[in-house]
Amino acid sequence: MNANTTARRSPSFTQSVALVAEREITTRLRSKSFLITTGILLLLVLGGVIAGGIMSKNVSTTPVAVVSSLESELSNIDGLEITIVENRAEAEDLVTAGTVEAAVVPSADGATVPVTVIAESEAPSSLMQGLSVSPELVLLDPSDTSFLLSYLAAFGFGIIFFASGMTFGPMIAQSVVEEKQTRIVEILMSAVPVSALMAGKVIGNSLLAFAQIIAIAVLAIVGLSVTGQAELLTLLGAPLLWFVGFFIIGFILLAALFAAVGAMVSRQEDLGSTMTPVTMLIMLPYFAIIFLHDNPVALAIMSYVPFSAPVGMPMRLFLGTAAWWEPLISLVLLLITAGLAVLLGARIYNNSLLKVGSRVSWSQALKG
Amino acid sequence: MLQLDNITKSFGARPALNRVTFAVRDGRMTGFVGGNGAGKTTAMRILLGVLNSDAGEIHLDGKPLGAEQRRRFGYMPEERGLYPKMKVREQLVYLARLHGFTSAAAGRNADSLLEELGLGERRDSTLESLSLGNQQRAQIAASLVHDPEVLVLDEPFSGLDPLAVDTVVEALKQRAAAGASVLFSSHQLEIVERLCDDLVIIAEGSIRASGEREALRAQHSAPRYAIECSTDLGWLRAEPDITVVEFDGGHATFDAVEPAAAQRVLRRAVSDGDVTSFAPQRASLAQIFREVI
Repeated sequence: MNANTTARRSPSFTQSVALVAEREITTRLRSKSFLITTGILLLLVLGGVIAGGIMSKNVSTTPVAVVSSLESELSNIDGLEITIVENRAEAEDLVTAGTVEAAVVPSADGATVPVTVIAESEAPSSLMQGLSVSPELVLLDPSDTSFLLSYLAAFGFGIIFFASGMTFGPMIAQSVVEEKQTRIVEILMSAVPVSALMAGKVIGNSLLAFAQIIAIAVLAIVGLSVTGQAELLTLLGAPLLWFVGFFIIGFILLAALFAAVGAMVSRQEDLGSTMTPVTMLIMLPYFAIIFLHDNPVALAIMSYVPFSAPVGMPMRLFLGTAAWWEPLISLVLLLITAGLAVLLGARIYNNSLLKVGSRVSWSQALKG
Repeated sequence: MLQLDNITKSFGARPALNRVTFAVRDGRMTGFVGGNGAGKTTAMRILLGVLNSDAGEIHLDGKPLGAEQRRRFGYMPEERGLYPKMKVREQLVYLARLHGFTSAAAGRNADSLLEELGLGERRDSTLESLSLGNQQRAQIAASLVHDPEVLVLDEPFSGLDPLAVDTVVEALKQRAAAGASVLFSSHQLEIVERLCDDLVIIAEGSIRASGEREALRAQHSAPRYAIECSTDLGWLRAEPDITVVEFDGGHATFDAVEPAAAQRVLRRAVSDGDVTSFAPQRASLAQIFREVI
């Protein structure tokens, strides 16, 4: 027995947490359903990127308006659908109306470059590259990123947060119930502190979720550059980084809540009822972002509410409507809420873990 | 030695344990007997620190029992539980590591334990694919894998076939012989009777009897003897200080007022003919159990 006594050293709290987290991760990585879901999610992202690439290349002709005196400038550029206009005012009207993507007009007197290109928010690259001289560029509405793009970004951030939350959240709750249902929890509780058990679960599953989100981010960035959509990338880059940051803290917030509601029931069948409120905390921001992404006030509010901030704030950064300090404040708010959720979750977890039978009521779970 | 003193616990208004006091001695098997709802599981959970007691103290070797010492406890809860979809050996290694073993030491322990319990061939099967009996063995293995110094087993034999009972009994006896304190509860009084050195009987949350098995049996036995011999024992009825309980030719059961009276009966029987058996009749555990609760 002596040999074994030397092999045994009481594990520290962190070691216990690491062991629990390690088991969570290896178990998930072996689960076929988890691997398949992750695969599908990555394929969806890849598909989206590729579809975007194909769409951006397939636009065969770019409608362009040109003042008649400059028509010859465009004669040797391919892929333009040319509308001839009388003057600059008429050209601007067409651009504003969206009939054409850009207009080529003579520069005002005294300008260094004789040709000016007018566009709504960005100039078509085929036109800019085709002109023999580098023209002066006038953007009528520089801040307005196109509606479709913002919709896609909103949808993208929303669906990633939604998918991760809905995949990993219930997974954490189920793994808590499994331990309760199979009663191994009693053995675990006799070996490690309950707080280490919960922390291990939250951290293990969160790490997996982060790995998944980072894989998605990398795939999106690489995909966008490979398919020649680098402009979108520069637009998305910073919000994407913020999104990852918000996601990590937002996810821990959700994970703690899911662990807590999982501990409240003794059977997988009963999980639905306690999980609903937390599921709503994922669903509502998702739908809110999709439906209200073009409402600045709603979006501003959502970018501060901790449950929708992981989607709302990156969205505003993407639209360029948030000042530099806004994400920081929102992040701090989220951090505080996450801290509170972890404390609350640990309390519920602690109070509910050994209560077997019917579902533990909220008051019991909170008071103990 | 593990000593519980005045452990009291109630769930809301319902009292579960009332000043429970008993000891689990080193190197001995202590049977913990009581009806359903008597408080066995609650007492064991409190021992393991899974539940907190309302009042009372627990000492291990004279020191207050803390989380650190409980790491060296082995526990088998009444309701079995391991991960259904995890391989047997993996679970054992995981549990040993949670108790502070290195991976390598945990692996060695798991392997030798699986061999010992006859699960060697199933080490890489998931728990749910094992027969119920083998799941029980795996459960026992889970409580032994970290070489615990104190074993607390709630109904370790329920659901085991007789062969598995023997394997498990052997494993437990070996741990006790090596110095571990073993506390186990069981409904199967015969097994407890066969296995335990000490006995604790609980009913309605109170300890009704505790101590060495033989002392308890002696204490709860009437001064009763059984004798069997080749000649008729009819004369017994006329003996002074003797009450015949049962009589059938050459076989009789009687109560003696004092041991000397019984010895007198034996001497006479030997002088009359051949005595094939003469023995004091000790109360069985079942009798003691019925008497104290």
